[in-house]
Amino acid sequence: MSHADFASLQERFAYLTERDSADHLAVNCPAEHLLEFCTALRDSLGYDLLVDVTAIDWDAETSPRFTGIYHILSTTHHNYIRIASDCTDDAEPSLPSLAGLFPAANWHERETYDMMGIRYEGHPDLKRILMWEDYPYHPLRKEFPLAGIEVPFPAADVAETANAKVLPAPMMGGPFVSSADGTMREIEPQAKDESWTEKEEQS
Amino acid sequence: MKSESTTLGYNSKVEGEVVVTQADAVINWIRKHSVWPMPMGLACCAIELMAVGASRFDISRFGMEVMRFSPRQADCMIVSGTVTYKMAEVVRRIYEQMAEPKWVVAMGACASTGGMYRSYATLQGVDRIVPVDVYMSGCPPRPEALLDAMIKLQDKIGRERSVKNLTAPKAAAAAPAFAGKEA
Ligand code: SF4
Repeated sequence: MSHADFASLQERFAYLTERDSADHLAVNCPAEHLLEFCTALRDSLGYDLLVDVTAIDWDAETSPRFTGIYHILSTTHHNYIRIASDCTDDAEPSLPSLAGLFPAANWHERETYDMMGIRYEGHPDLKRILMWEDYPYHPLRKEFPLAGIEVPFPAADVAETANAKVLPAPMMGGPFVSSADGTMREIEPQAKDESWTEKEEQS
Repeated sequence: MKSESTTLGYNSKVEGEVVVTQADAVINWIRKHSVWPMPMGLACCAIELMAVGASRFDISRFGMEVMRFSPRQADCMIVSGTVTYKMAEVVRRIYEQMAEPKWVVAMGACASTGGMYRSYATLQGVDRIVPVDVYMSGCPPRPEALLDAMIKLQDKIGRERSVKNLTAPKAAAAAPAFAGKEA
């Protein structure tokens, strides 16, 4: 039994729209109301544990291109709510930071910023968390190749002594994927295209 | 001074007066039986490295149980795990802090080639930043495989010219030829 169903939520927050969901209650919330809505969720509806902050890149042709996603759990009522919030600007996406409401948002938002390039306004320390600080790209965006893009090595002095660079990884016919069914041997992750040879790589 | 009452543990009648050998043989013999590894544990392979140090596999049988977490006291870096580009800088700096002569073992698929992480974040083999002496296959390799690799390293040390680090420091020849190659 959900203690907050969509109808009762919308009565209080008229700007919400319902979102298709295979499991929990899910709502779309405009970015400008996100803080207000989440504050109400936390303080009066019992949603007290921020579980996940992530984002979707729908791809460069779609507008709005980026959607921020939040999962919040009520530890008293044992149910989740999913909130989706579109970024209005496609080129420089941003969302209000929830770090002031839920301390857990701090690192989650840094990760989403690092991977997707969404700026969280009001975040106390918005810097990269996974990639090194002057990395120029946001790797989980749709147009970014899995193998990576050549950029300077993180430390200039090490790059010089070791003659190292950040190079695109050889994909060797990858990415490696598992086919859904078959014997253990067949479902082992493998490249779809195995026509490459080590010899070709070296030439 | 030797007097009437002195007893010697060395019997010159049986063992002879002099041992003739080569400097290389002695120096390498000393080096290879006191390898002090530096555990560069970066991912899951490090768990197997710990197993090697524990009683079941017992690396001390081969004279290299003195794992040192300070690079200044170690001479063999065991790179056990996935080297990300962000960490690569650190690995190289720690390598540089180790005293010569020094050796590197690339443990497992990740350290040897990037392993299954063919991605923007992972260095495709630690040999792109430090010279590797022994590569090990496996994901993760079994502890016995690490022992085997360390014994291979001992063999390799035994065949080295022991003064070579005086004449041509390894670090200068660090970069393998393909490191700067366009992919
Ligand atoms: S080779 Fe396998 S076990 Fe070792 S660090 Fe890589 S993924 Fe982990």
